[in-house]
Amino acid sequence: MEFFIQILVAGVVIGSIYAIVALGFTLIYKSTGVVNFAQGELLLVGAYICLQLTVEYKLNFVISFFVTLLFMFIFGFLVEKIFLRKMIGEPIISIIMLTIGLSSVFKSLVQLIWGTDTKTFPQIFSEEPVEIGNITISYVYIFSIISVAVFLIIFSVFFKKTKVGIAMRAVASDQQAALSMGIDVKRIFALSWAIAAVVSSVGGILIGNINGINTSLSQFGLKVFPVVILGGLDSILGAIVGGLIIGILENIAGGYIDPIIGGGAKDVFPFIFMIVILMIKPYGLFGTVEVEKV
Amino acid sequence: MLQINNIEVVYNDVILVLKGLSLEVKKGSIVCLLGSNGAGKTTTLKAVSGLLRPDNGEITDGDIIFEGTKIDKKDAAEIVKMGIFQVMEGRRVFKDLTVEENLIAGGYTSSKSDINLNIDKVYSYFPRLKERRNQLAGYMSGGEQQMLAIGRALMAKPKMILMDEPSLGLSPLLVKEIFNIIKKLNKEENTTILLVEQNANMALSVSDYGYIMENGRVVMEGESKELIENEDVKEFYLGMASENKSFRNVKHYRRRKRWLS
Repeated sequence: MEFFIQILVAGVVIGSIYAIVALGFTLIYKSTGVVNFAQGELLLVGAYICLQLTVEYKLNFVISFFVTLLFMFIFGFLVEKIFLRKMIGEPIISIIMLTIGLSSVFKSLVQLIWGTDTKTFPQIFSEEPVEIGNITISYVYIFSIISVAVFLIIFSVFFKKTKVGIAMRAVASDQQAALSMGIDVKRIFALSWAIAAVVSSVGGILIGNINGINTSLSQFGLKVFPVVILGGLDSILGAIVGGLIIGILENIAGGYIDPIIGGGAKDVFPFIFMIVILMIKPYGLFGTVEVEKV
Repeated sequence: MLQINNIEVVYNDVILVLKGLSLEVKKGSIVCLLGSNGAGKTTTLKAVSGLLRPDNGEITDGDIIFEGTKIDKKDAAEIVKMGIFQVMEGRRVFKDLTVEENLIAGGYTSSKSDINLNIDKVYSYFPRLKERRNQLAGYMSGGEQQMLAIGRALMAKPKMILMDEPSLGLSPLLVKEIFNIIKKLNKEENTTILLVEQNANMALSVSDYGYIMENGRVVMEGESKELIENEDVKEFYLGMASENKSFRNVKHYRRRKRWLS
């Protein structure tokens, strides 16, 4: 039982990180219609920037955390402006190819600058875990869950209450109608990329603190696919619930199936789950079923 | 207030939709633009509001002047800020946003205090929207959605509203209500209105001046009360044939139609 709860906790932590990265993915998909294959690389860039600031420039972790977010905001903004802006109106497959290209470029750049060795953040959180009953939870887990929760709350308030947030949802809902009321759709696109880069880098920094950083971290971007497919490509709530479910299932598979078959189940399980979900609910659990009027 | 001079609009570089269309809308008036399907009415509105580009359309000739400024090269956001707001055909409410969020989106170009002020005004015009303020717009009836679409336009405090078929898919009673609101807006808010309609009878009865379009050109214009009495208009657009239809009349219709365009 304790083992199970331990797994559950780890699952929730990883799942919440999936959720926040998936939020970025969903945001881009929802407002611009682009399936972003470079999501994992945004995460990678963010994680390395934060590492650089903390380790090389000896900034306080909290400061470098926020500086990274600011940097990633501008980074995402520029990526949209330089690469994606020119592709508006082009076939969707070309845009997807472009994001795949971008993902390779970002990853190579990161390898060029920082190398391929695994690096770790300096000890920021106490090694000593917190004990609640018989369960032990490390500080970094608690920090992860809290920061993901804070970001998710900030974003839901942003999308619900602010004019710009509502405008972003309006663009996602009906681009031309949004245009007709003077909403600057291109700026909204850039903003979506900026926010997506920010939330991904939050994920990257957190996972970097838990597991250390190397370039294989960008595989997180692929893990986001089962999450968003499960939650529905265009639903923000779905991204959150999907993230948690995938995180928990993955850890359960890792804890119970891996010892029997000798490893590997943890990584492959989310994708098996994704295929099954796609076969029975092609629009995901929360996705909108597009109704075409003829 | 608004002058359209001899514009030509081409879609996808090849399809010529407007072939030298001109019209004028005087300040404070309601002007209606009638015509059959495919005549180019919606294209005319989109040319004014700058919404042609997303449809791959382009104004290749002529110009559009709003209050002395040339606007045919400006983009949609600038045109909204200048005071022209298009209520698009088919209502186009944001289905997964609530009523109030739809209104806030409509007020995107105004300041926060203006938004709050204008929301109250919209609610006073449409009390039903106030009752449903937290409901998702997609779940409202067609009439309520049309009210929301008009309310959304009011949020930007436009000097001029371009209205594209507000009666589409509404029951006769609701059509009447919507047109009453259009008249009221024109009187009380002093909003100039350019109205595109299939429902010629209704449109001519609320408007001051009317244009009739065919094949991308204006083929007839005049005071609405004269147009409504005109025999050709009666026959082609109001569906009031004076004699019994026979094959001869159909031929006759074709001949007259050719003469018209």
